[in-house]
Amino acid sequence: MGKNYSRPQALTDVVTHYCPGCGHGILHRLVAEIIDELGIRGSAIAVAPVGCAVVAYDYWDIDCAEAAHGRALAVATGLKRVQPDKIVFTYQGDGDLAAIGTAETIHAANRGENLTVIFVNNAVYGMTGGQMAPTTLLSQKTATTPRGRQAATEGYPLKISEMLALLNGVVSVERTAVSSPKEVLNTRRAIKDAFMNQMERKGFSIVEVLSMCPTYWDKSPVDAARWISEEMVKYFPLGKIK
Amino acid sequence: MKKTILYSGNEAMGEAAIRAGLKFYAGYPITPQNELTAYMADQLSQRGGIFIQSESELAAINMIFGASAAGARVMTSSSSPGISLKQEGISYIAGAQLPAVIINVMRAGPGLGNIWPAQSDYFQATKGGGHGDYHLIVLAPASVQESFDLTRLAFELADRHRIAVMVLSDGLLGQMMEGLTFDEELAPPAAVEKPWALTGASGRKPHVVCSLFMKRPDVEKNNLILQKKYRRVASREVRYAETFMDDAAMAVVAYGSVARIAEAVVRRLRAKGKKVGLFRPVTLWPFPAKRLADLSRRVKKFLVVEMSYGQMVEDVRLSVEGREAVSFYGRSGGGVPTESQIEREVLKSLSAPLKRRRR
Repeated sequence: MGKNYSRPQALTDVVTHYCPGCGHGILHRLVAEIIDELGIRGSAIAVAPVGCAVVAYDYWDIDCAEAAHGRALAVATGLKRVQPDKIVFTYQGDGDLAAIGTAETIHAANRGENLTVIFVNNAVYGMTGGQMAPTTLLSQKTATTPRGRQAATEGYPLKISEMLALLNGVVSVERTAVSSPKEVLNTRRAIKDAFMNQMERKGFSIVEVLSMCPTYWDKSPVDAARWISEEMVKYFPLGKIK
Repeated sequence: MKKTILYSGNEAMGEAAIRAGLKFYAGYPITPQNELTAYMADQLSQRGGIFIQSESELAAINMIFGASAAGARVMTSSSSPGISLKQEGISYIAGAQLPAVIINVMRAGPGLGNIWPAQSDYFQATKGGGHGDYHLIVLAPASVQESFDLTRLAFELADRHRIAVMVLSDGLLGQMMEGLTFDEELAPPAAVEKPWALTGASGRKPHVVCSLFMKRPDVEKNNLILQKKYRRVASREVRYAETFMDDAAMAVVAYGSVARIAEAVVRRLRAKGKKVGLFRPVTLWPFPAKRLADLSRRVKKFLVVEMSYGQMVEDVRLSVEGREAVSFYGRSGGGVPTESQIEREVLKSLSAPLKRRRR
């Protein structure tokens, strides 16, 4: 019997630095599988964010730029404009894409840059130690909301995907999760669609993926996955937004 | 065929960049450099390049990071407050060793200051500007012609050394119009190999363009590579211009538009028999320190004139190492030193007693 499950070619053979139960490992693999499947390993260029995925270039066997915090979509714009035949994507967390990089995100989307964005929403800043993110839920405790996020002082979790869906330059917005096998498969399909949109020169596509951070949610990996499907999706509903 | 046209400094830099093979420009409006961005919007896209008006200075500098990482010749331009905003990106460009050209048409500060000319970004341009140990090559034109010539040179140097090059103009040079002569058939500087560029890892190992090195020894290793490069640049790329320096007993040291004013003063005083010369650094980094040190063995007095309250004067003092007296005259905030003000300072310096030599 042949081997029917193995490491994708676009995924390097190294141990990642991610915590047990973290969603990044699943997502990295999905991206690598899709790159293999679409046969774009030789033309794909990734832009890594600042955040837990900052060294994504160690895990994907493709060309990669590491951008300053929040500037991934400006870097990606430069890469893509001078090489329109290459497949350029950014992989960004919630702090990177929806806080410090809000302007770059909105304006790259509004220009309709022909790019693919994988937006990993785990409701917290992971790399710096679990501070409040723009997507932190109300009442959620973090290092900088020790008594839980309050709307009166910290505002509401930012629904940036819904905001982006309003822009004419955006062709596709979808929110998925990696909290169950079913959702992982759906995420895989959504990311593949977002890459194919770019290959077909349709324009800006973003997939927001709700992803586990057991470490800074102070939960077991199983409880973290459950928290997404029971709590996070109430505020960030899954599905095609545009 | 040579062609002569009447152009502003801002337009001259734009034309030079396009003729140097510029492929990608991103910029954000700010006075007094707006003519350059508008020139790019009009001309670059018609002549094979890509123009983007970015949403911010931060986006502009990071767009050119991306386009340079792809191997293209890139440029952004701004004026002082906007250049401050670009500093984060400039530091990343330095760390990732990307070639880039950055134009600063300086205006008065600090803060929003005003839109009048100044030279008060010298420290920022020559000492790093952003975080970390790095340098840019800094070129200081003193005419519309040099705004053209040095912008072209900036692209050559950027590719030659994998470094960011700043052309440090000011509101006076950017706005004023002069005759500009160039050879219409002159080809862009020869393309250099960029084996590190992100072009898709087809049939090869992946390339990574980054300024992050998670393992501690690797950052130090990268810094040592940068330092070696800066030493190489410092030994090869120093440029300066001298007027009446052969027999000068006193030197006025000035760069950019102030050097033009100082030159008029020096010529007038020469006509009156005063042995005064003009020393004009063209590269502000690397600074022509060795030439100034050599000159200080026979030139007895130095007067530094700047549109700042004393920035380049520190490099002049370090260069002459206390051998001779260095005096300073400067204005900043939109005020431009006049010929009579500079002449008064030269005469004051000439009549002052010589610095007493230590035994």
